Amino acid sequence: MSSSGVLIVGVGGQGVLLASEVLAAVCLSQGLAVKKSEVHGMAQRGGIVYSHVRYGPQVHSPLIEEGQGDVLVSLEWAEALRWASFLRAGGAVIVDAAQVVPPAACGDRRTWASVYPPLDLAPFRASGHEVYLVEARALAKAAGVARAANVVLLGTLSTRLEFSPDTWEAAIRRLVPAASVEGNLRAFEAGRSVEPVRAVDRGAPHVPRRREQRRFHLDIVEAWCKGCDICVRICPEDCLRLDAAGIVRVAAPEACSGCRLCEWLCPDFAITVREQKVRVGG
Amino acid sequence: MIEAAPAARLLLSGDEGIARGAYEAGVHLATGYPGTPSTEIIEALARFPEITVQWSANEKVALDVALGAALSGARALCAMKHVGLNVAADTLMTAAYTGVGGALVIVSADDPGMHSSQNEQDNRFYARFAGIPMLEPADSEEARRFTRLAFDLSARYDVPVLVRITTRSAHTRSVVMAEEPLRLPMGGFVPDPRKYVMLPAYARARHPVVLDRLARIAAVDDPDFAATELRDRSVGVITSGIAYHYVREVLPNASVLKLNLTYPLPLDRVRAFAAAVDRIFVVEELEPFLEEMLRANGVAVAGKAFWPRVGELSPRLVRAGFAAAGVLPAEAPALAPEAMPRPPVLCPGCPHVLPLLALRKLGAVICGDIGCYTLAALPPLRAMDTCVAMGCSIGMAIGLAKSGLNAPVAAAIGDSTFLHAGIPALLDAVYNRARIVVLILNNGTTAMTGGQPHPGTGQSIRGEAAPAVDLAALCTALGVEHVASVDPYDLGATYLAVEEALAHDGVAVLITNRPCVEAPVKIRDIPYFVVAEACTACQLCMNLGCPAITWTDELWEGRPKVTIDGIACTGCTVCAQLCPADAIRPTTARVTS
Repeated sequence: MSSSGVLIVGVGGQGVLLASEVLAAVCLSQGLAVKKSEVHGMAQRGGIVYSHVRYGPQVHSPLIEEGQGDVLVSLEWAEALRWASFLRAGGAVIVDAAQVVPPAACGDRRTWASVYPPLDLAPFRASGHEVYLVEARALAKAAGVARAANVVLLGTLSTRLEFSPDTWEAAIRRLVPAASVEGNLRAFEAGRSVEPVRAVDRGAPHVPRRREQRRFHLDIVEAWCKGCDICVRICPEDCLRLDAAGIVRVAAPEACSGCRLCEWLCPDFAITVREQKVRVGG
Repeated sequence: MIEAAPAARLLLSGDEGIARGAYEAGVHLATGYPGTPSTEIIEALARFPEITVQWSANEKVALDVALGAALSGARALCAMKHVGLNVAADTLMTAAYTGVGGALVIVSADDPGMHSSQNEQDNRFYARFAGIPMLEPADSEEARRFTRLAFDLSARYDVPVLVRITTRSAHTRSVVMAEEPLRLPMGGFVPDPRKYVMLPAYARARHPVVLDRLARIAAVDDPDFAATELRDRSVGVITSGIAYHYVREVLPNASVLKLNLTYPLPLDRVRAFAAAVDRIFVVEELEPFLEEMLRANGVAVAGKAFWPRVGELSPRLVRAGFAAAGVLPAEAPALAPEAMPRPPVLCPGCPHVLPLLALRKLGAVICGDIGCYTLAALPPLRAMDTCVAMGCSIGMAIGLAKSGLNAPVAAAIGDSTFLHAGIPALLDAVYNRARIVVLILNNGTTAMTGGQPHPGTGQSIRGEAAPAVDLAALCTALGVEHVASVDPYDLGATYLAVEEALAHDGVAVLITNRPCVEAPVKIRDIPYFVVAEACTACQLCMNLGCPAITWTDELWEGRPKVTIDGIACTGCTVCAQLCPADAIRPTTARVTS
């Protein structure tokens, strides 16, 4: 008999590790061999968190091999896409509709486009995976434990695995904080009634790419500039410098985003920001 | 759970397996310095009240303490991450000469793939370098068993024993069968200058002992040292550690020689295995450590021709290697979709952000160090120019400052790292009249590894009161003339303090005092929110790289406005102080209409 693999993923602080502990405890209580592999340390600082759970009569590798996972449980939308290649054909995806947009996705100050992926099931449907898109946060909140989105997803997971609800309940009772046991059990129950979905109508990107690129020019009245340094210090793009004579200069004109902070904060009205019309790609 | 009674079936990590094994082996004293993936070993041992457990100032001191205890007849364990053994190597190399009296087990937790490290050095070479035996567990039960075995070997052969674990096995939970612990008396210290005082004359007599000991261990035919599994004889695989499990998964029918003792090699078993199979492969992570030793002993093997020398192995990589060797059919690798980058970031409310940003804004070259704050090298902060090893920031800053650089030079170092390896470097800066700024980012904990106490926190590993070093007084005592402190949540004060430190002609120390928001206690103040109508989308707050702040789809003059995730926000107020439009307000001020 071969072993099964469930990959639970998300972002630091979402409760990935508690979810995989519950699953591992369920497997252990059924007398199965189980290995649960994750990486702590730097990965947790707002970064990617994953936990491989493999169980069966005998388990060797603690890691699921690409293309061999039975179920992918993701506490976050973009993370489900990241790990999709670990699923076997016919494997299921259970994904929280929650989106945690990292600062790194909002870094392009030329096009202002967010690189956060749109909520689109096509990549999964194309690979033949069944998708459970779970409004886990809302369900957890309704169950009275706002942080129990992970347990909601475990409820949905339980409908795909061979273990009885009682064994899950016993593991949840043992592993969640005593004060929130009943709420977590309600969250688990709510997850059990989630059905797979075929499509979703929220395919819009987070922040769309702008077509034109904008350039800005600073009119500086040198006679009014007294070199106070305020604009240089505040500039979000760090594109201003004082020259040898103490007059402000645009050191990196291409970096200017046109935010006008220098214009607004100059105590001497020495700066005016003007947009330059430029065609891109022509 | 790890404290459970014998015969319990426990789901433990490899780290906890080592701790359990040490407990069962009757360990009296355990020391270490926090470092991923080794930290949980010492933390787990601290849960057994009968064991003396301590965090030391650094790995060398930790090993010195453990060696001292061992010489007095105790069973001692010292755990550290792979690069920590570089710090402790000075002691290690000569401890192989002195022997151990009682028993001494050193755990090196290596990090192939560099999940949380600055290099992926293969510490198996330390066993060969020092001339000491090494055991490599492949899962948590073996971690427990091999740690017991390591104590037995150490006591029997009077030798420090290295137990090497990797991140994967250290952080994988698997089933462990708890056994009865031994209760051993401590032998007491027996003075023996010829063995314990390594004067050249005495040391010369000890080197042959090191070599003789290894030869005796290599000659033992112990099934615990290597497990021979004969199946299909056409393919034989020699492997160890976690790679063993990948091989079993990918080639379930191959014959396998699983080496548990990977130094010195149990050569009789190796030769018997080689004679029994047709082709022999060596599957090992990182360096061709086994491969080269096997070849040197006349065993024809193939290894690094098929498997990478960099990074962590995986079932997929082991399969690909056997496919390249013609043992498995070649297959097209699954195409992983191109995923959005999600690099680790400094936490919302991290007190390290503002002082580093001020240094960057004021044009300093910033020599960084090991800790969470190394993440400040990434955009948008880009506030770190170097990071090499524990304590390097200060010495490297001295070198840069003395090399005609036309910019101010600063070192940025956390409190725990400063106490670990920064003090001698700061002394060097004073002594050699360097003109540098040393920023001590004091968050009162060892944050990167999860919040362990250190000599500056006023707490022991078990939370008991301990003397706390006064950082400012320490720097003054070292001879630093400009020692200042500032609250790194105070935007104006921090900026001015950094400016003042940079203006000082000499060594200037600026200590930023604010507790870590995540450890040892989570700090959550009133969260802030963005008044959308007031936001001019200037992106100043986005420059903080705070994960609680993101773009919305609402634009102002073509730029996305921002929003704050009220659950993630810790209420540190830095973005609110920075916002020129005063658009960021505490939620208590939210007007409901």
